[in-house]
Amino acid sequence: MDKITTIQSRFVPMPIENIDTDQIIPARFLKATTRDGFGKNLFRDWRYSNDDESQPKADFVLNHKIYSGEILVAGKNFGCGSSREHAAWAIKDYGFKVVISSFFADIFKNNALNNGLLPITVSDVFLQQLFQLSPADTLTVSLEAQTVCIDKSGQKESFEINSYKKTCLLHGYDDIDYLINMRTAIEQFEQKVA
Amino acid sequence: MAKTLFEKIWDKHVVKQIEGGPSILYIDKHFIHEVTSPQAFKGLEKRELSVFRPKQVVATADHNVPTLNQHLPIKDELSRIQVQQLIENCKKHQIELYGLGHPFQGIVHVIGPELGITQPGMTIVCGDSHTSTHGAFGTIAFGIGTSEVEMVFASQCLMQTKPKLMRINIEGELNKGVVAKDIILYIIAQISASGATGYFVEYAGSAIRSLSMEARMTICNMSIEMGARGGMIAPDEITFQYIKGRQFAPSGESWDQKIQEWAALYSDADAVFDQEIHIDATAIQPMITYGTNPGLGIAINGFIPVAESIPDEGERHTIEKALQYMGLESGKSLLGLPVQHIFIGSCTNSRIEDLRQVALLVKGRKKNAHVQVMIVPGSQQVSKQVQAEGLDKIFQEAGFEIRQAGCSACLGMNEDKIPAGEYCISTSNRNFEGRQGAGARTLLASPLTAAAAAITGVVTDVRELM
Ligand code: SF4
Repeated sequence: MDKITTIQSRFVPMPIENIDTDQIIPARFLKATTRDGFGKNLFRDWRYSNDDESQPKADFVLNHKIYSGEILVAGKNFGCGSSREHAAWAIKDYGFKVVISSFFADIFKNNALNNGLLPITVSDVFLQQLFQLSPADTLTVSLEAQTVCIDKSGQKESFEINSYKKTCLLHGYDDIDYLINMRTAIEQFEQKVA
Repeated sequence: MAKTLFEKIWDKHVVKQIEGGPSILYIDKHFIHEVTSPQAFKGLEKRELSVFRPKQVVATADHNVPTLNQHLPIKDELSRIQVQQLIENCKKHQIELYGLGHPFQGIVHVIGPELGITQPGMTIVCGDSHTSTHGAFGTIAFGIGTSEVEMVFASQCLMQTKPKLMRINIEGELNKGVVAKDIILYIIAQISASGATGYFVEYAGSAIRSLSMEARMTICNMSIEMGARGGMIAPDEITFQYIKGRQFAPSGESWDQKIQEWAALYSDADAVFDQEIHIDATAIQPMITYGTNPGLGIAINGFIPVAESIPDEGERHTIEKALQYMGLESGKSLLGLPVQHIFIGSCTNSRIEDLRQVALLVKGRKKNAHVQVMIVPGSQQVSKQVQAEGLDKIFQEAGFEIRQAGCSACLGMNEDKIPAGEYCISTSNRNFEGRQGAGARTLLASPLTAAAAAITGVVTDVRELM
C-alpha cells in the first residue's frame, strides 16, 4: 500500500450530499476481476451523457479544466450505499489521494483506509469554507499533524484518525500483514471456543 | 454487568483488543459472491497464502447472473469471466459453491438463512452491504469491502472498532396493508439516510416480536440504508422454529444445546444503548419513496415535501436534485402517477412470504396493459416453492413474468434494466440515480404496494384493493 504523509494540492469541490457508491462507480462497471483501471469510469453517469465518452457533461466538475488536484471535497454522507470497494479504487485510480467531507459512510471509510486513500472528516462550517475558495487555492493535508490547512489564509482544522490506522497509512502497512502474524493466536482462540 | 445483545455476541468473538486501536474480531461465517471476491483471491495469491478456514466460507453467484436461460453459457463476456473465476477460485481453495445450476443457488442473503447456515449468536460477513439481513437471527452481520474479504480469507478475522449501539423500539399493532418494508421505509424516512451511521441497531418492541422471520429479514436488510453498520433482532421461538429442520441447522442433541445457548441472546433489561428511538407502529402507513435515496419516503397517501420550505440548504439541494432526476414535483401526491415497470425481487423482498402476499392480492386479477411486471425469486428454492404452491399459475394468469433467481434489476448489473426516464416500483432497497439502469426512476415500496400498482398501472394505495 502507498504511504501517505503530507499532501499539498488544489482540490475538486463537489458540494453534493449523500453521494452514493452507485454514482461513484455504477454497477455495470463492476465486472472487472482486477483492481485497476476503474478511474476512467469514476462518476461515469455524471461525467458523460452516454457510454462512449464522446459527450462529456459540461456542468460536471471533473469536466472543468480549472479544477484539478489530488483532493476531492464532497458534501456530507459521502460514500453511502453499496459496499463496493471499487468506489475507493476508482477515486484512487483517477488520481485522488484524499477525500474531505463532513461525514462519511462507514464501509466507504474502511475501504478507503484499506487502499491508502485518506478520508478526512471536517466540521460542516470548515467544509462550507472550502466550498467558498477559488479553484486556484491549495490545501495542505498533514497526516502526521492530523490537520488540513487552507494555504492562502493559514486557517487550520484538525481531524481525528484512529492511531492504529494512522500508523498503517504513514508506513504503508495494511491489516492483512498484522492479521497473518496473528494466526497462532487465532488458532488458540478457535480451540478455546470449540 | 448488564449487556446488550450486540455486546454478548461481540465479546465472545474478540480474539484480541489492540491498545488504542481496533479489536481483532473472529468471523464464524463468510459468504462470498462473484463481484466482490476476485480481487481478494488475487491479493491472497500475490501474498502466496491459502484460505485459512475454507469450511467457513460459502459462495454463490447472484449479482451478475442472467435471470433467463441460466442453463446456457452467459452471453456477456465479462460477466461470464467473472462467474467462471468464482468457480475456479472456489475449486482451488476448496470452498463450497452454490453456483448457477445448483439447487441452492440464489441471492446470498436469501440462501444463508433458508439453508440454516445463518444461526443466532454468529458473526457473519460478506462483501455486500446487505449482509445486515442475517441480523434478523440475532447475529452480528455486516457488509465489508474486498480488502476485508481478503483479510477474512487470510485469517478468518477482521480488525473492527466497536460501533455505537442504537435501539429502535416499535410498539403497537400494524395498520391494514402495512408490512415490514413499510416499517423500515418509515424508520429511514424518520431518521434519514445517514441517521444511524456509526451505529449498530437493535430492533425491538411488540411490533417486531410479532413479525415472521421473513419480515424481520426485510427490516434488518435495510439497516444499511440509514447508514447503520448492521441491524439485529433478538432470537425467539419464531426464530428457532424457522431454523429447525433446515439443511445445515443443528439437529438431535446439538439442537437442544444450541437452543439453550440461543435463548440467552437478548439485551439485558438494564443494558445501556448510546441512543434509543421509540416508534408508534400505528402511525405507519404503506410507504413509497419519491427521491434518490431511501430516506426520501412518504406515506402512500402523503405529499412530497415542498423543497423551498426546507431550511437546511444541503437537504434542500438534495431534494431538488432528486425531484429533477425523478421528474416529480414538490408538494404533490404520488397517487395516480403512471408507472411502466414493477420489479418484485431482491434480498429485501424476494422470499416465499413476499411472493405469497403478492399472489394473494393478484389472484384472479390481471396486470394493467401498460406495465411490465417482473418477479425474480430470491433463490432456486424459493422458485421451487412458488411452483409447489401453484403461485406461478396465479402470476402467469395475471400477466407477470417470472424469472430465475438472482439480484437482477435490483442493481442493474446484468441485462435486467429499467429504461432511462421510466418509472419502476421496486421492492428492492435502493433508489439511487441509475441504480436500476442509467436514467431509471425507482420508487421503493412493499411487495403489496408494488402488486397494487401492477394491477392499476399507477401508484395506488393497496388498501383500496384489499
Ligand atoms: S439483491 Fe440487490 S441489494 Fe441484495 S445482494 Fe443483490 S444487488 Fe445487493
